[in-house]
Amino acid sequence: MAGPNAVLQPALSRPRRARGRLFALVRFVVMLATTLLGLLAMTFFIGRVIPVDPVLAVVGDRASAQVVERTRIEMGLDRPLIEQFGIYVARVAQGELGQSVLTSRPVLDDIFRVFPATLELATYGTLIGVLFGVPLGVMAAVRRGGLIDQLVRVVGLLGYSIPIFWLGLLALLLFYAKLGWVSGPGRIDVVFEYTFTPLTGIYSLDALLRGDWSAFANIVSHLALPSALLGYFSLAYISRMTRSFMLHELSQEYIVAARAKGLPERTIIWRHALRNAAVPLVTVIALSYAGLLEGSVLTETVFSWPGLGLYITNALANADMNAVLGGTVVIGAIFIGLNLLSDLLYRTLDPRTRRR
Amino acid sequence: MTIDWGQLRRLQACLVIAATLSVPFAGRALAATPPDTLVQAWAIDDIIGLDPAEAFEISAAEMLGNSYDRLVRLDIDDPSQLVNDLAEEWEVSADGRTFTFTLREGMTFASGNPITADDVAWSIQRAVKLDKSPAFILTQFGLTPENVESRARATDARTFVFETDQAYAPSFVLNCLTANVAAVVDRQLVEAEARDGDFGNGWLRTHYAGSGPMTIRDWRPNEILVLERNERYHGEQAKLTRVIYRNVRESATQRLMLQSGDIDVARNLQPNDLDQIANLDTVRVISAPKGTIYYFSLNQKNPELAKPQVREAFKYLVDYDGIQASLIKGIGEIHQNFLPKGMLGASDESPYHLDVDKAKSLLAEAGLGDGFSITMDVRNTQPVTGIAESVQQTMAEAGVRLEIIPGDGAQTLTKYRARSHDMYIGQWGVDYWDPNTNADTFASNPDNADDSGVSTLAWRNAWDIPELTEESRAAVLESDTAARVALYDDLQRKVREQSPYVILFQQTEVAAVADGVQGYRLGPSFDTNYVYNVSKE
Repeated sequence: MAGPNAVLQPALSRPRRARGRLFALVRFVVMLATTLLGLLAMTFFIGRVIPVDPVLAVVGDRASAQVVERTRIEMGLDRPLIEQFGIYVARVAQGELGQSVLTSRPVLDDIFRVFPATLELATYGTLIGVLFGVPLGVMAAVRRGGLIDQLVRVVGLLGYSIPIFWLGLLALLLFYAKLGWVSGPGRIDVVFEYTFTPLTGIYSLDALLRGDWSAFANIVSHLALPSALLGYFSLAYISRMTRSFMLHELSQEYIVAARAKGLPERTIIWRHALRNAAVPLVTVIALSYAGLLEGSVLTETVFSWPGLGLYITNALANADMNAVLGGTVVIGAIFIGLNLLSDLLYRTLDPRTRRR
Repeated sequence: MTIDWGQLRRLQACLVIAATLSVPFAGRALAATPPDTLVQAWAIDDIIGLDPAEAFEISAAEMLGNSYDRLVRLDIDDPSQLVNDLAEEWEVSADGRTFTFTLREGMTFASGNPITADDVAWSIQRAVKLDKSPAFILTQFGLTPENVESRARATDARTFVFETDQAYAPSFVLNCLTANVAAVVDRQLVEAEARDGDFGNGWLRTHYAGSGPMTIRDWRPNEILVLERNERYHGEQAKLTRVIYRNVRESATQRLMLQSGDIDVARNLQPNDLDQIANLDTVRVISAPKGTIYYFSLNQKNPELAKPQVREAFKYLVDYDGIQASLIKGIGEIHQNFLPKGMLGASDESPYHLDVDKAKSLLAEAGLGDGFSITMDVRNTQPVTGIAESVQQTMAEAGVRLEIIPGDGAQTLTKYRARSHDMYIGQWGVDYWDPNTNADTFASNPDNADDSGVSTLAWRNAWDIPELTEESRAAVLESDTAARVALYDDLQRKVREQSPYVILFQQTEVAAVADGVQGYRLGPSFDTNYVYNVSKE
């Protein structure tokens, strides 16, 4: 970390600094472990008290009483709850998330299959939200009560109140069925089913890596609607937050000072005010990104997008606990990871936090 | 590192421009499915595995029906008849207990391994020993893991012998052998993948080892399933190279995809979407009555619902015609008997209609002239939600206050199986194509105790019926088909008049098919929805 503020850092001796870092790392690992354990415990017990018989998902409605009973024992459901949880945690600690009963596959494989689909959608959605939401929010704050401010208000209001399900269908009807501008539900056309082999599961990236331009165009055209939709909702939120952070900054004394100094308004807004507003904004963006990464069940349903949201919802409705818990671990890790990332960005953006 | 905000701003501007430019760039190629491929949109997320000895879900049934052979199949032109599949001929012994099948010659599995009587015997033995959900279809003939090796055996490479514990109606035995659980798997291939005595079950859930006209090439849960032509099929080759199923849950989404040419067949269209495509000349709608019955039932543990007059009154408090005209238009038809139309012995009597006055007088007779309150567990899906609301309205006219308790499928079912409901609305699909499948659940309750281990529908509603249980049993042992039909007719009449079930309608399966697709048919059951006869112009 170099820069004008580097001199302000207290001069620590090398061994002390190393010890400090080690301590911070240990503290982080302990925090990570306890958070995940708590999360698992909560999910596990909630999953066991919901009034759904997990055996039903495995054997269906028609199995004989003996089959049901045998399966219950095979699944370990006859043991005390706390023991079941202990067994599960011990397995997770060994990196074993178990099998999903709904897909007959290891939960880890399932997550590697469904998560990239959600990651891709959430990333484009957030990019759209940030690229359009931040400038809109800034402009709304600068011209408070002006046209753009009204626009941001309406956009935000609609974003909060329109059911995403309805909007998704409407968008499909217009842009896909009527105008034919974009491709429909799913991630890629079936014609590519035999020519395009994914690498990472993030299709748009895979197509680029493979240099398959026709697949890339098709993938982007499939991505356009769902990511625009998620982007819109993220934009509605980010622009409102940007606006209020900016209003706060613009009322500060240093802005008056900057104006008195005769700095151009553009510099004051974009270089001074936004830079300070960016600090809390990073958290807002990170949390909205994490929210999208959980998977949006409704968007995934309308667009037949085989992502994490549908996977977990399906699993939960059928009490497929291995899958639910596996998904929870992933989501928990994402939240922790993004929190960590926004902390790191804080340090870059806010010089005061660097001293500690 | 410090951030150069000017640079960032320029970068941001570039990205905005790039994003804007990508919209026209994302223009869609001409929408058409490949000429050698049939693309279907269907909710296939019920599939949890593809092992014929285990899979019992609706869409899995269709996949296995197309990809696995069995000894005999249903004749889809007349489902009360059978056609040979792997068997060239079969005969029943004089005592009605031994069935001897002779296989056709020179057949192979998709793997290239020859199909022998040993594969047939091993497949049946495997299903019985694994004892998964559908195993009862075989074990009801007295097969157990201990005796199955002698009761289902190969006597030479082409002869398979199947022995039952007593003389059943031969039609019943053969009908059961058409089920997926009796499908023939490639022993050599599956045995090589067996782990810890699982007979290859763990592997076969996600793989394929059959000999049918189609092979299962790929299954990605909640996303896609691909069937591909089996080049080694013993009969006539499938016309299309592959059939792709895309998991699409939304009816409206399916309709848009069909209209845009991205799919050839839409399988889950609801009445309002069917209406919207009714006038299109590029799409035609195909339908077939299926063996699924929708009904609601009255738990006899509830003292009010246990009164015979209440059971009868509720049958008059349903607006059958109104429901037919709107909620199930095109996807079902009124049916008031537990045997679905098309099955041996099915009755088409439907004496009940909405009659509030009659219901009121029946309720008054039961001492409930002022009405009463009751709950109904309803799964959050159409058409049952709509039907429950309709019933709520008509019941209110007779003073019955119906409270709807919505829930997920697994949730309402868990409650139903625990007998803790008042009323439950749901559907029952046949397990195999023989009247016993429904008689055995609607009209059979061998032990009404809470912990008896029975889970028939009669038991779930605590309907204690020793005589009907006896009669159902007699019907399945009756080897004279006409006498058997008479027994089922009598059973259906008694259930119609006395039972705590208000049987509403029989499901019609609908498929909206794009122009240019030929030979698309829906069979009477889900495992007879054959796609290998389909071709494209």
